[in-house]
Amino acid sequence: MKMLIKRYKYFLVLVVINIVIYALYPSVGQTSINITWSNTVEMLSVIPPIFILLGLLDVWVQRETMIKLMGEKSGILGILIAFFLGSAAAGPLYVAFPMAGVLLKKGSKFSNILIFIGAWSTTKIPMLLFEASAMGWKFMITRFVINIPGIILIAYITEKLLNHNEKKYIYDSAGR
Amino acid sequence: MFTILMYIVAFGFLVLSFIKDKSKTLAALKKAWKSFENILPQFLSILVIIGIMLAVLSPEVISGLIGEKSGWLGMLMASVVGSVTLIPGFVAFPLASALLESGAGFMQIAVFISTLMMVGIVTIPLEIKYFGKKAAILRNSFAFVFSFIVAIAIGVVLR
Repeated sequence: MKMLIKRYKYFLVLVVINIVIYALYPSVGQTSINITWSNTVEMLSVIPPIFILLGLLDVWVQRETMIKLMGEKSGILGILIAFFLGSAAAGPLYVAFPMAGVLLKKGSKFSNILIFIGAWSTTKIPMLLFEASAMGWKFMITRFVINIPGIILIAYITEKLLNHNEKKYIYDSAGR
Repeated sequence: MFTILMYIVAFGFLVLSFIKDKSKTLAALKKAWKSFENILPQFLSILVIIGIMLAVLSPEVISGLIGEKSGWLGMLMASVVGSVTLIPGFVAFPLASALLESGAGFMQIAVFISTLMMVGIVTIPLEIKYFGKKAAILRNSFAFVFSFIVAIAIGVVLR
């Protein structure tokens, strides 16, 4: 019980804050509760397949295979797979991190993981279609064309700036 | 629609996995649950923060913040709002197009959308948990700067 409270302490504090807001400003508090509720429902509806795939990936895909596909020497294939995995997914960005954790654990190159995160955040196919219809094709395509090299560049520079120990720490904590 | 596709793919693989090896499938499901349960406290916190934030920063307030302001100041404002908020795309794009109609510039909107998607102040504790402090801060900082490059490109193309 104590463990549970400790793990959820930030969540509990936030709930209390929301209750205080509700007491002081009922309409803001009510809106907040409504938004949280609808987002929770949305999250719970997109999450099951993502975590099931994550579990299956962890159990079935061997480390050697993953290293070949997305590891240090995977080259352009690794980049393409990272883009594909990120773009084909559904769900908010924070759901991508546990997936990234498993990919790291299996030996994916860190820059490929950052590309996967970049793709998940910006080049998701359903979002692109939605962007085109709301903002126009020119807006969407311009952003898309410049985002692709941008995501790769951010990934490579970020990885380059990490030293051996920092990277080792990331991989070690992903294995846990 | 994509969510349904994800369900079909996941379920398909699950059935395939079950036919090949029952115990491995069970291990996969256990792993799925463990990963989810492991991250649930952070997920729930993020959800409540988003709720409070969007209740305070309603579309009207966001419009007021980046609505008609132009130039670099407008872009800076848009980037800050984009970085701290976490709005799902299906809300963000209609909001962005409404902002355009009410007089905001394309560059301000581009920087808002880019930071909204790539920079996550609210989710940074979660990101640090997986990538470590340095990598998470670096990635977000680069994404922040990059959003301005995207905006300049949009400004050039959609003049």
